[in-house]
Amino acid sequence: MKKVFTRLAAVASTLVLAAGISLGAASAADEEGATPHYPLKKPKEQSWSFAGPLGQWDIGQLQRGLKVYSEVCAACHSLRLVSYRNLAGLGYTDAQIKNFAAEYEVTDGPNDDGEMFERPALPTDRFKSPYSNDKEAAAANNGALPPDMSLLAKARAPERGFPTFIFDIFTMYAENGPDYIHSLLTGYEDAPEGKEPGDGLFYNPYFVSGSALAMASPLSDELVEYTDGTPQTVDQYSRDVSAFLMWAAEPGLADRKQRGFIVIIFLLVLAGLLYFTKKKIWSDVAH
Amino acid sequence: MSGHSTYQPTTAFGKWFDDRLPLYRLVHDSFVSYPVPRNLNTFYTFGGILMLMLVSQIVTGIVIAMHYTPEATMGFDSVHAMTRDVAYGDTLQDWHAVGASMFFVAVYIHIFRGLYYGSYKAPREILWILGVLIYLLMMATAFMGYVLPWGQMSYWGAQVITSFFSAIPLVGETVREYLLGGYAVGNATLNRFFSLHYLLPFMIAGIVVLHVWSLHVTGQTNPTGVEVKSKQDVIPFTPYATVKDAFALVCFIIVFAYFVFYMPDYLGHADNYIPADPLKTPPHIVPEWYFLPFYAILRAVDFNIGIPFTDIVLIDSKLGGVLAMFSAIAVLFVVPWLDTSEVRSANYRPMYKIFFWLFAANAVFLGYLGSRPAEGIWIPLMKLTTFWYFFHFLIIMPLLGWFEKPLPRPASITDAVLAKHPDGDGSGGGTSQLEGAAAAPQSKG
Amino acid sequence: MSAPHAEDATRRDFLYIATGAAGAVAAVGVGTVLVSQMGPNAAERAAGAPVEIDISAIEEGQVIVAVWRGKPYFIRHLTDEEVAAAQSAEESGFSDFEAADVRLGAPADGKEGKWTIVAANCTHLGCIPTKVDTGFEGWFCPCHGSKFDVTGRVIKGPAPTNLPLPPYNFASDTTLVIGADKAGA
Repeated sequence: MKKVFTRLAAVASTLVLAAGISLGAASAADEEGATPHYPLKKPKEQSWSFAGPLGQWDIGQLQRGLKVYSEVCAACHSLRLVSYRNLAGLGYTDAQIKNFAAEYEVTDGPNDDGEMFERPALPTDRFKSPYSNDKEAAAANNGALPPDMSLLAKARAPERGFPTFIFDIFTMYAENGPDYIHSLLTGYEDAPEGKEPGDGLFYNPYFVSGSALAMASPLSDELVEYTDGTPQTVDQYSRDVSAFLMWAAEPGLADRKQRGFIVIIFLLVLAGLLYFTKKKIWSDVAH
Repeated sequence: MSGHSTYQPTTAFGKWFDDRLPLYRLVHDSFVSYPVPRNLNTFYTFGGILMLMLVSQIVTGIVIAMHYTPEATMGFDSVHAMTRDVAYGDTLQDWHAVGASMFFVAVYIHIFRGLYYGSYKAPREILWILGVLIYLLMMATAFMGYVLPWGQMSYWGAQVITSFFSAIPLVGETVREYLLGGYAVGNATLNRFFSLHYLLPFMIAGIVVLHVWSLHVTGQTNPTGVEVKSKQDVIPFTPYATVKDAFALVCFIIVFAYFVFYMPDYLGHADNYIPADPLKTPPHIVPEWYFLPFYAILRAVDFNIGIPFTDIVLIDSKLGGVLAMFSAIAVLFVVPWLDTSEVRSANYRPMYKIFFWLFAANAVFLGYLGSRPAEGIWIPLMKLTTFWYFFHFLIIMPLLGWFEKPLPRPASITDAVLAKHPDGDGSGGGTSQLEGAAAAPQSKG
Repeated sequence: MSAPHAEDATRRDFLYIATGAAGAVAAVGVGTVLVSQMGPNAAERAAGAPVEIDISAIEEGQVIVAVWRGKPYFIRHLTDEEVAAAQSAEESGFSDFEAADVRLGAPADGKEGKWTIVAANCTHLGCIPTKVDTGFEGWFCPCHGSKFDVTGRVIKGPAPTNLPLPPYNFASDTTLVIGADKAGA
């Protein structure tokens, strides 16, 4: 009887194993299947200053990214969770921030006469949105709403797949967002034959939810002027604005990592102390 | 368990107080002099870890509730205003969100520990059932908590989960409307989920008290599965178990902290960084990882169950999936009676041990399948693994009791321990397999 | 392990103390996080930045209420009679005497102080006193009957202290800044 069960167990485990192995082949064969999975291409991994256990912002890069955002992206994309005062994190002084904010007019009110009025933005105001509401934004863009960018770098994380997602735990990979944005911005190409997108759509194999998106390639070389000698290329612009959007999505990212480093070192020491304490206490008990 | 109390008040005030409210006596008897088997391994520290996780979730929850607004137009923004502007707001939010995941990591290890060492067997059936109840409440709490940030996954998760109830024949739709407080998931839903999410953890705490009480009546099991027989078998909880639990706890917190500070978004879903939109479903809805096995079971039933050779449908696929999913949890309640073996610990059950690991692998695989789209090869695999899940509990567990020939057990815990340490006064009758068997689970940690 | 050696005992004590201390540090760390989140958040603190108020339209004898950090402040333009009454008041009439010069503000150096800028919450239990125009007496608190003179000094209890002066400065003849003592801060 025992044999029966052992055999049963063996059969079952073989079944599960075989099924597992056939998976790879099956999903590979599925590639040409009826339901395509997006993005067509996985984001290209870049090296970022804020990656890793001691990641730090590259302040110069964030400042350039802000420039790209303000001069290009901000025409359509809002940054509604970020305030001008947050720009202190980019190394700007209070006076610089005040001047930067004052370039934008925001609606305030009502005043004592019950009227809404326009005034220059203050550091305490949120970044001014290009449209007054989502409907207007969609209407101005052929019905495609340009997504708010304040959390974009966290809201885009194409699936990593097995077994990469397990390795990610140990390599501390958490830069899906900026990798994605950079790949998308540099990834526009001509559609392969027979896959031409419809009117008002632009082919991009890196796009997360289709093979084409409603945004045309927004960047071109020499579009934004850099004063610090950094190359004025699409690749560099994309890199800088991706880093800036990561900052916009989580201004506290570098602080979080620093905090974590201290906490974990401390916990390791505490664990070591407890280990020896436990050893001491248990030294007179066989267990 | 400890028979009569050994607590002796040392001061006059202590005695005066003890005569009126024996609070210190209770603590002393439960957490100081309480006897625990001397051979508990690392897997037995997860009860303590879970206790701390519950406290941690309640404390961080109360704190972040101070910055949260349970309102459909403000919920999302209030969470992100907190992470940006409140001192340590980001740490607290990650701590609470990652904490939910870690709570489930610990509870799954705790449950599998119980399954491996037969902790559910008489006289510990009530202890086990209370545990399953806690698990069920944890699931409800976690689900409602996940709705609160009011992102896309929050919204559509709520949509999908509450739709389970619409599978109930006749009254389903009405039940769902009462759950939602509207015709669709909306502000009323968010409000009541916030209220219940705040309430349920305290109910969990209440059942935890019963769980621990019941544990202290029956005493702990241990890796040998042999009950405590003499004073030699046990050691006082403090300092032995306390320091061991503390060490395990700090090791667990290191893993916890790693995720909080370095990978806070790894266990979540990117779509939850997009505000809830009732008119747009994300392309690929998945629940949090700890629900994935059940999500796979839900989707494995994609067929109607009817009377053969007729068109009469008894259970349509929607109800069937929901029933299968709830049964997967319900079956846990009757595990004490499904296991017919008289041997408790898998260390002495050669066949059960194999099936246990097979079941564990199957459960992990179910989880992976839960994250896959319901298409192609994944569907038959979901069916196969779902079948095995139930087959294990309903067929293998009862049958093994009859067919399996268990290994010889040690006469007592002390015997087992001494067999491991031949340099002690090894007069006990441990067997040679014993050492390897007892060490096995530790090496798999 | 019967009768451990002295050296052994010392090392053990050290281990226990070090572990306990590290545990205490952990508890303090967690406590710090849990407590510091209670304070005003960054948005609140940023909104608490100094506010600029146009005072050109406030006639002598008028008072307006301005808001800084969510709290109301009186800005009162005194008449010459009121200034004179405040300057000549006897010290014995006050329970918390301060010289009138300290209490009054002026837009530019050399000019006579004719402005009272004080917190608008009564120092007793926080109600907002109402303005009265009886020359010397400036405010009366309807909640518990406290009286203040035109510079906000308490004349009659139960308020224990004068209405506090916020940090302020005159950025120009017509612009008052509440929240900072120095211009440009």
